[in-house]
Amino acid sequence: MCRIGALKSKRYMHPSVALRLMRSQQKGHDNSGFAFVMQDLGGVFEHYKDFPILSMACTDEGMHIAEKILHDIGFIRVMQWAPDMKIEEAYKLNIEPMPNYVFEVFNYPKTYKYATKEEKEDLLLNTRLKLRKALSESDEGYVYSFWPDTLMLKEIGDPKDIGTYFGLWDENKDFTAKIITAQCRQNTNYDIVRYAAHPFFLQGYCALVNGENTFYEKNKLFQRKLHKGYIGFESDSQCFLYTLHYVNKILKWPLKYFKHVITPLPYDEMEKREDAKVLSRIKSSLAHLEINGPNTVIAVTPDGTMFTTCDSKKLRPIVIGSTDDTVVVTSEVTGINEVLPQRDITYDIYPNEREMVVINNDLKVERWQQ
Amino acid sequence: MATINEISKDDLNWQIQYDSSRCTLCGRCVAACSFNAIKVDVEKRRKVVSVGDVPTPQVTTTTVPVIKQIARNASNCVGCGVCSRVCPNGAIKAYHEDESRFNIKYKCEHADSIKRGGRSNLNTEGRTLDKIKIGRISQMTDPSLDAQRHTFDVLAPFGRIIPPQELPFEVNSDGNLKISKSMPPVNWIYPIIIGDMSIGALSTRMWEALAIATAYLNEVCGLKVRMCTGEGGIPTRLLKSRYLKYMILQIASGHFGWNRIINTMPEMTEDPGGILIKIGQGAKPGDGGLLMAKKVARHIQEIRGVPKADLLSPPNHQGLYSIEESVQKMFLSLNSAFKFRVPVAIKVAASVTSVSVYNNLLRDPYNIVGGFFLDGIQGGTGAAYEISLNHTGHPIVSRLRDCYLAAVHQGKQGQIPLWAGGGLGMRGALAADAFKMMCLGANGIFAGRLWLQAAGCLGNDSGKCNACNTGNCPAGITTQNPLLVARLDVDKVAENVVNYFLATHLELKKLMAPIGNSSLPIGRSDALVSVDKNIAERLEIQHVC
Repeated sequence: MCRIGALKSKRYMHPSVALRLMRSQQKGHDNSGFAFVMQDLGGVFEHYKDFPILSMACTDEGMHIAEKILHDIGFIRVMQWAPDMKIEEAYKLNIEPMPNYVFEVFNYPKTYKYATKEEKEDLLLNTRLKLRKALSESDEGYVYSFWPDTLMLKEIGDPKDIGTYFGLWDENKDFTAKIITAQCRQNTNYDIVRYAAHPFFLQGYCALVNGENTFYEKNKLFQRKLHKGYIGFESDSQCFLYTLHYVNKILKWPLKYFKHVITPLPYDEMEKREDAKVLSRIKSSLAHLEINGPNTVIAVTPDGTMFTTCDSKKLRPIVIGSTDDTVVVTSEVTGINEVLPQRDITYDIYPNEREMVVINNDLKVERWQQ
Repeated sequence: MATINEISKDDLNWQIQYDSSRCTLCGRCVAACSFNAIKVDVEKRRKVVSVGDVPTPQVTTTTVPVIKQIARNASNCVGCGVCSRVCPNGAIKAYHEDESRFNIKYKCEHADSIKRGGRSNLNTEGRTLDKIKIGRISQMTDPSLDAQRHTFDVLAPFGRIIPPQELPFEVNSDGNLKISKSMPPVNWIYPIIIGDMSIGALSTRMWEALAIATAYLNEVCGLKVRMCTGEGGIPTRLLKSRYLKYMILQIASGHFGWNRIINTMPEMTEDPGGILIKIGQGAKPGDGGLLMAKKVARHIQEIRGVPKADLLSPPNHQGLYSIEESVQKMFLSLNSAFKFRVPVAIKVAASVTSVSVYNNLLRDPYNIVGGFFLDGIQGGTGAAYEISLNHTGHPIVSRLRDCYLAAVHQGKQGQIPLWAGGGLGMRGALAADAFKMMCLGANGIFAGRLWLQAAGCLGNDSGKCNACNTGNCPAGITTQNPLLVARLDVDKVAENVVNYFLATHLELKKLMAPIGNSSLPIGRSDALVSVDKNIAERLEIQHVC
C-alpha cells in the first residue's frame, strides 16, 4: 500500500512541504522513490505562465536529441532553470540520479502565433510524444511533461535523499507552486521505471492513485485506441488519468461524470434515479473504463480544480484537511497534522465511497454525492 | 445365412441385461419403456437331472416368462435406463456395447443417416474450459471481496452499445448530461440466458416449466433472467401477458410461429425482452432446424401453423445472401416491427469465419445489431444428423476469444455484446464456465441442454438416450406424447431450474470475490491461467505449471 498527497494553496509553496507531508506517512510506503508535479507556478517561473515548460531527465546525448527536435519544430527557449544539485554528495545518498535535470521554458514556434488553444495543445502533446519516443529508443532519458505552468520530477531512491540531492529540504522562493501533488514510492506491481511513478500528467490533467486497478487489462486495451496520448501503461494507475482526460477533455462531460464512469452505480440504485437513462448509457458505452479493486485517486484538472474519490467499496483511505489558505488531501491524517497542525480538525473530511470531494480555486471544498 | 445379415441384438449400441431370478414379473419395465425396446416373452428352459447313484438322466422342460430386448431398427434400446429405475429388484439394466456395429448396419439397411438429439458424442479433445483456472487471486495489495457481504453487479447488455464519442449527449444549463437523440435499445439482463429451445422440440410442459422458472426468477428472486423462445411459436396468452418482457423471441429460417406473433402485436401489453435471429446452431452448423413428424402433434401444428410433416427449416434465411443483406433487411424489419424499442441480436454457429462475420457486423453503420450469439460445437439439439453432431462445428472458446480480440483490435469491444454458448455447464459447473468465458471476452452466455438435465433428462454425452428426436423421450421433456409428458412434474422442473440459477448466482459471486471484482470480469483474461501451453498461447493467457 502506498501513500499519496496533494496540496492546494492560495500561497506559493515550496516542494519541501510536500516532502514533509509524505515523509510523515513513510511507514506506509517503501521509500523507493519520490515524484511530484507542481502546477500554478511561482518563483522564477511565475512570469512565464503561458509558456510551455519542458520537464526532462536525461543524459548529455539526450539533451542534444531533444534540443534538435525542439529546434526543428521551431520552439525557442526563453528561460531555463535547474535545481541546485548536490552532485558531489550523490555517492553518499540512496539515489540513482540522471546526469541532467531540465526545466526549460519555451516560446511557441512563430507559425503558431495565431494558432488556437487546441492547436497549441496538440502541438505540445505531439512534441512530448516525439521527444519521449526519441529518448526511449536511444535510452537517453525521460520526458515527463511539456506544458505551460507545470513542472514534474520523478526519481528513484529514498525520498529523503532525493530531497537532499535536489536541495528540496531548503525552502526558497525560486521554486514554488500553488498546487503540488506527490508520492513517495516507485511502482511495485510492474517494472521500476521512472514513467511508472505517480503522479501522471497529460494536457493539464494530473492524477495519482493509492491502490490497485484490477480492471487494468480491460482499461488498457480500450484506452490505447482512444487517444494518441494514452501510452505507456507502466502502471495500472495511469488508467485513471486517461479516463479523466477522456471524459472531461475529449467527451467534454462535466467532471462529476468521471465518478459515474469509474465506479458506476449498481443497476438497482441507478434505476431509481431521474437520470437513470443517461447513467445507464454511460455504464454501457464506457464499461471498459470502469475501475475495480481498491483505489483512491487525487486529481487536478487544467483549470486548477483538485478532487479526490475512492473505489466503490471504499477500500483505500483518504482525508482532507484545510485552513483558510491551504487544503491538503492525503492518505493519512498524520500527513495533514505535519503540514497543517493549526487547522480545525473537526473540519477534516473522510469521504465515503460514493463521494467526490472537490476543491476549487477559491479553496472552497465541496462534497459531491454520486 | 439370412440371420447373419439381419440386425441382431449384439449389433445394437445398448444391451439389456436381465436377471430372471430377481424378476417378479411386475411388468413395470415394459410399461415404462417408451421405445418399446423390451417385451414380455416366454423362454423354454430344458433341464437334465439325474437322481441316485447311477446316471438316470431325466429331462424336464418348462416355459418361463421373461423380459426380452427387441432387436429392430425402429425400436432400439437407447440406454435411457428407465427400466432399471422402475424395477423394484434391480433385475434389469442397460449397458453400452462398445463393439456395436449399429452405425454400419443402420446405414446398410436404410440408405439413410442416423438422426438423434443431444450433443456431440465425440469428445476426443477434452474440455478446454476445464484446463483453465482462475489463477489471479486478490490477497495483499488488493483485497478479496466477501461473496456474502459485499454487493455485486451481475448484469450484461443485450442491445447495440454506442461508442462513447457518438453518444448523443448535451450538457444542459444545470451541468447535467441529457440525451438529445434516440438510441438503439439496450436491456441489461442476467448474464446467463436460457437458450433457444422451441415448443415442439420441447414438450409443452417442459417449455412451460422454463417459462414459469423465468418469471419466478425475475419477479420473486430479482434475477433478470431471460429465456429465448426458440423457433416454434409462443402461446397467445403469453404473448399478451406482462411476462413477455422476460422472453427473447427467436426467428429462424422456418419463421415458425411468426404469424401468430405478428397477429398478436396489437394486443401486446409489453415489449419482448429481445429478438434473436438464428442464422446457425453450433450442434449442426450449416443445417436448419429439424422437427420430426412424430413430434408434430396437433397442438404443435396449431401453434406453428403447419401440417403434420417433418419440419425442416432451410439451412439459410432465404433471400439473405450477404451480411449487408441481413443487416439491412432482416435486422431493420425486426427492429422496426417493435418501433426500435426491442434489441435484435443474431445467433450463428461458431466457425472459422466467425471473426469475419463479427467484424462485418461491428462495422455496420446502422448500429442495429444488438448482440452476437456464438454457438459452439458442443451445443445440443433436439434433432440432427449424427454426422453433423459429431463431425461439424467449431469449439466455442477460442472463437469467442478471437471475436473479442478482433473487436479490441479495432477499439470496438463491447459495442456488439458477445454471448457464447455450446456445451457450457456440461460438467454441471455453469458458473465456472460462464466466468471463464467472460474473462475471455463474453458479455454473457447461454445454455440449453443443462436445463433439460435439471428437468431430469436421462441422456449423456456418451450416447445414452439422445433420443430427443424420436418423440419418445422417457422423461417427458422432448416429446408431445401426452402419456410421456405426464411424467414431467412442471412445478418440480421449474423449481429445479430456479434453484440451479440461485446456486449459480452464488457461485458467480464466489468467483468474483477472490479476484476482487464487484462487477463482471468482462475481458479480464489476466485472471486466467492454464496448465496447457497450447491453450495458454492460443487464448493469450498465462501458461502455468
